Amino acid sequence: MNQTPLVEMINIHKRFGGIHAVKGVNLDLYPGEVVGVLGHNGAGKTVTIKALSGAIPCDEGEIRINGEKVSIRSPRDARKYGIETIYQTLALADNLNAPENLFLGREIMTAYGTLNDRAMENEARKVIDRLNPNFKNITDAVKNMSGGQRQSVAIARAIYFNAKILIMDEPTAALGPQETAMVAKLIKQLKSEGIGIFLISHDLHDVFDLSDRVAVIKNGRLIGTRRTCEVTKEEVLGMIIMGRLPETA
Amino acid sequence: MPDPMQKILVEEPALSRCLKQAEIDSRMLAMIIALIAIWVTLNFLTDGIFFTARNMYNLAVQSSVVGIMATGMVLVIVCRHIDLSVGSLLGFTGMVIAFLQVHVFSLGAAWNWPLTILCGLVLGGVIGLWQGWWIAYRGVPSFVITLAGLLMFRGAAYLVTDGRTVAPMDKTYQILGGGIDGSIGALWSWIFAIVVIAWMLIHCMTSRRSCIKYGFKVKPMWIQILLLAIGAALVCGFVILMNAYHKPRTEIPRGIPVPVLIMICVVVVMNLLTKITRFGRYVFAIGGNPEAAELSGIHVKKITAFVFMVMGILCGVAAVITTARLNAGANSMGTLAELNVIAAAVIGGTSLAGGQGTITGAILGAVIMQSLDSGMVLLGISSAMRQVVIGTVLILAVWFDVVYNRNRP
Repeated sequence: MNQTPLVEMINIHKRFGGIHAVKGVNLDLYPGEVVGVLGHNGAGKTVTIKALSGAIPCDEGEIRINGEKVSIRSPRDARKYGIETIYQTLALADNLNAPENLFLGREIMTAYGTLNDRAMENEARKVIDRLNPNFKNITDAVKNMSGGQRQSVAIARAIYFNAKILIMDEPTAALGPQETAMVAKLIKQLKSEGIGIFLISHDLHDVFDLSDRVAVIKNGRLIGTRRTCEVTKEEVLGMIIMGRLPETA
Repeated sequence: MPDPMQKILVEEPALSRCLKQAEIDSRMLAMIIALIAIWVTLNFLTDGIFFTARNMYNLAVQSSVVGIMATGMVLVIVCRHIDLSVGSLLGFTGMVIAFLQVHVFSLGAAWNWPLTILCGLVLGGVIGLWQGWWIAYRGVPSFVITLAGLLMFRGAAYLVTDGRTVAPMDKTYQILGGGIDGSIGALWSWIFAIVVIAWMLIHCMTSRRSCIKYGFKVKPMWIQILLLAIGAALVCGFVILMNAYHKPRTEIPRGIPVPVLIMICVVVVMNLLTKITRFGRYVFAIGGNPEAAELSGIHVKKITAFVFMVMGILCGVAAVITTARLNAGANSMGTLAELNVIAAAVIGGTSLAGGQGTITGAILGAVIMQSLDSGMVLLGISSAMRQVVIGTVLILAVWFDVVYNRNRP
């Protein structure tokens, strides 16, 4: 590809006390592309991506958005650059309802500087209707919602704010087949809009079907990145488990 | 055997449908019913003394100190913390206010008592912020910090005057305590009633209009009118009751006591804070899921420290009313008040797990506890026995909550 990558993560390092969790990982993402980030538990894939989402700022390394160097030290910084994250645990406040969660941290205010709950409910309803037309009771507390509905709220939050870069951490882990299909459809649509997506997962099969490229991380190092059309699942499995690169064509 | 869960889902009782339409929280309704039941029972047991204007007036004044602090405690408990130092803070800020008013500034000067009130509030806020800083930025558990505060500031209260009681306070200042001259009289009480009812009408109309604008369902008109009528009746009933209590040996009606007015102002402000400001929203978000709040870009530490600052300021307000009522500064003021304040918040529906609680509920909780205490005093029950009863009520109220939450879908 000759265009500027949407995201470049260069030589990312992260240490937790004595543990060197991420050792010089390089990742990039182009517009309209889905990159699957794979690895076994504790491989360092979540920590690497959290450097991009601002949840765990990196110790060393550089992040470039559209070719320009940026500094991401908090989730707020990440949002500024159009990076939205859908966390594995969804990061929803159970006692609040869907519109309140959707706009958490970015509330719509009235002219007097107070919360405009009606406007937020209105906007939330519009975007959630697009994603999940059966989801009617958006003003119930999130703790009373099903897994799929909670997922819709988390996804709605990411797309409402016009993410250019979407990070999905184990998006289908808690979903049934119908909801997984819905997520797949959404990803296809976002790709067509030029949004770049990082998909973190340990489920090789789901990721393989949805991604254009896969990056495998093992023990904090990047083993390699391959286009999904150029490798087989077994070869990727070899990368994940043994750290063995497939024979290149 | 039909699944019991299935049965609950299928047969939604008419009352619950009605409540949902009116958007009244059923737990709040249960508390109101409990309060009415307690009042009726106590009135019967005391041969009608409980419902006299004099007793209700005193009840209102006594509830105000705990009620004011309970509104702050709701926010503290909602964001998953606790504040055990409120009683000692009340004592310390009260002693400082009294000391400044009587021994430092010239007693009787017009600027004296307002300045001491300001000093008291600022001192409360600063101490609250200091405790909040330790909890939020240094990561020491709130139980430990505020327990230390309980000990330290009780000691500090003694040290202000080496244990001596400071008295008497400024004559105008005493009005704030709700004594003989501490109420606003019949005229102003009625003006207050009219203002409140007018506000209820306006709020109702703007709310309806805003609902229609966004295409939301509005409550049926008859329910709206019924609720307004009940509200207006309650306000008028309250004013009539307060006016029925006359100043000693005269026919002059006292009207609404000043501490109650202060409490009402505090309730309005705290309610607004909770419902329409970002700060309030974030406190609840932190209580629901602190990690999600952090990831949403909320400054969890700053908000937590502020919550304790607000609590400190409210302790200052409570100290003003206490010293005004006692007409003195005594270093034992507020001893063990934190227990009553926490109990009021909890009986009022605030969950110790965080994320849930209402300001109005806390006031109801304070009134319920004070009613029980006051009723037992009228019945001649000893102070020790009263403590046993209040403790039991606390257990029952929280147990009720546990069961209530378990049975919801």
